[in-house]
Amino acid sequence: MNALASHAPVLLVAVPLLGAFAVPLIGKLGRGARDTFVGLIVAVTAALAGLLAANFFAGSGAPSVYVLGGNGFAIPLPSGMTVPIRILFEVDGMSAFMTLITALVTLTGAYFSFSYWRERSGGGMYYSLLLLLTAGIFGMELTGDMFNFFVFLEITSIAACGLIGFRVWLKQSQEAGFKVMTLYTLSGLLVLLAVALLYGQHGALNIAYLASQIGTLGAGIVDKVALGLLLTGLAMKAGAVPMHMWAPDAYGEAPAPTSAVLVANSQASLYGLFRVLFTLFGVGVSIATNAWILIVLAVLTIFVGVTMALVQSDIKRLIAFGAVSQIGYMLLGVGVGLVRRAALLAGGGSLADSAAGLDYGFVAMQGGIFHMLNDAACIGLLFLTTGAVIRASGTRDLNKMGGLAHKMKWTTIFFVIGAFALAGVPPFNGFASKLLIYEASFKVSPFLSVIAILSSIMLLAVFVKAFQGAFLGSKTGLADNATDAPLGMLIPMAVLALVVIAFGLFPGFFIDTIVTPAAKALWFGRDAYLGAVLGGG
Amino acid sequence: MNVGNFPFVIAALLVAFGLYALLFKRNLIKMVIGVSLVETGVNLFLVMLGYRSGGVAPIYTYAPEAKEMVLPTPQALTLTSIVIGLATTALLLSFAVFVHRHYGTLDVRKIKELRG
Repeated sequence: MNALASHAPVLLVAVPLLGAFAVPLIGKLGRGARDTFVGLIVAVTAALAGLLAANFFAGSGAPSVYVLGGNGFAIPLPSGMTVPIRILFEVDGMSAFMTLITALVTLTGAYFSFSYWRERSGGGMYYSLLLLLTAGIFGMELTGDMFNFFVFLEITSIAACGLIGFRVWLKQSQEAGFKVMTLYTLSGLLVLLAVALLYGQHGALNIAYLASQIGTLGAGIVDKVALGLLLTGLAMKAGAVPMHMWAPDAYGEAPAPTSAVLVANSQASLYGLFRVLFTLFGVGVSIATNAWILIVLAVLTIFVGVTMALVQSDIKRLIAFGAVSQIGYMLLGVGVGLVRRAALLAGGGSLADSAAGLDYGFVAMQGGIFHMLNDAACIGLLFLTTGAVIRASGTRDLNKMGGLAHKMKWTTIFFVIGAFALAGVPPFNGFASKLLIYEASFKVSPFLSVIAILSSIMLLAVFVKAFQGAFLGSKTGLADNATDAPLGMLIPMAVLALVVIAFGLFPGFFIDTIVTPAAKALWFGRDAYLGAVLGGG
Repeated sequence: MNVGNFPFVIAALLVAFGLYALLFKRNLIKMVIGVSLVETGVNLFLVMLGYRSGGVAPIYTYAPEAKEMVLPTPQALTLTSIVIGLATTALLLSFAVFVHRHYGTLDVRKIKELRG
């Protein structure tokens, strides 16, 4: 058990990766064998993520390092200096938290897919892509090496675009696939250019080593250019406005079960962004400038996402714009935290004390990070219900569907839960995290809170419109032969709905056990993150 | 042979041309060429980072005595990046083929089902 737990980081990448390439072979044995195999792989991966997280959150909270291909990772130079050269996985609170999100979303998405593809032909390669995407996301969240981060980023890009354009018979999906792939590639190349600049400047690719170099030497002009490129590339891949053009197409045109996994992919880029801002460039640059860039991106993302959702008549695209706006809330929470962190560092305050005293900057971080998990659960629920709605009504146009509530009572209930949660209505989970963000951002500027609250209210209006269009009204001809979703679709939805309600009813418990360690890892965990690698090995 | 900073200028030019093609060309295939050019520019930049004037290949077997070697890491990175580039270009081109099949054109101005 201990050996398994210590190898969990690499297994999280290896198991889905091997699974992805084995699926086409197993698929030759028939659909049942393939579904069983994929279900097994996904379950094992989720169990490993759970084990990794449980092990970490029950432990001392110190980051752990996993070395690929050797026991030690450092070579001593003749000068006595040691440089970490091997490829590392490094797990801290934030990484462990992110793996939980990814595991939740892929587990429900994959099990929903079994029913989804049962009624259609094909779908063989679909599971390969889904598992490949999972492996890439886990890799991004666990790696301690900049170049590996780029490689995993590109794996997710290729697999995600394969999923978006999977249904080649739909012309919109091909258009979306081309557009998203172009922007993903561009963002990947920006990241690669930044990695190249950092390598040229410091001669290393290890995140901890680069961070300590930047911290001691101060960021030079090359480092700042690299920071700018990383910020642009990762914000683009996370779907922050004004680089969001691809996001609604991607979420909207992908098959319903994978839209949520694509959101998890965007969140992994967001994780990369936070890692860059807090660990790599946590010291040595003007943090306040970075923070305000994040806040501007956040406000734009929240506002534009919600306003664009208001005018949609395609139910999936409407929810896709809702998903875009939620990325803004995470950026806002962490941006506000970063502003406060810069002020505390400039004033010589202790970050650990401020976290213990629940300083508003730390609360903002908690809110932003908690919202990542909440968003994954409720946006995942909404995308799954949308899949069931489109299956039953045969259209995505809200003006053409109606009266589905007569036939699909469970789907209706799940849709309402997801919509209320995303719009931040108590007692669902979206409220718990959004309240923290509202309160904390009010301390920086009331304007930020006003935008955040107003957008949440508008989001509620968006969902009322969607609900009214799809579920209410008379039993029109379209809804007459509709049935509720099969059990295979309802169970994943029910799991997510339970998560949404549990997080909404007991936010204190979840914040204490998993969110606070993650927030602490970013807030003052930089030294521990660096020390775990540079302390030797 | 001493090449100075010339390859860096070429790399920057390649990236600039690629971005130009990506932003201002209306044809999907030309956009793919643009992406490919940016990729080549970044790859050239990576290789140049590890280049040492007069260096030999970083292979110890039969290496001449007291000769400087070029850095092996950027070459490994570039190889990885080239392989990834192959996959993205192939995927982009296959999307372009399917787009052409559905819309009958490669002109981005006429491919606009997804707007707003």
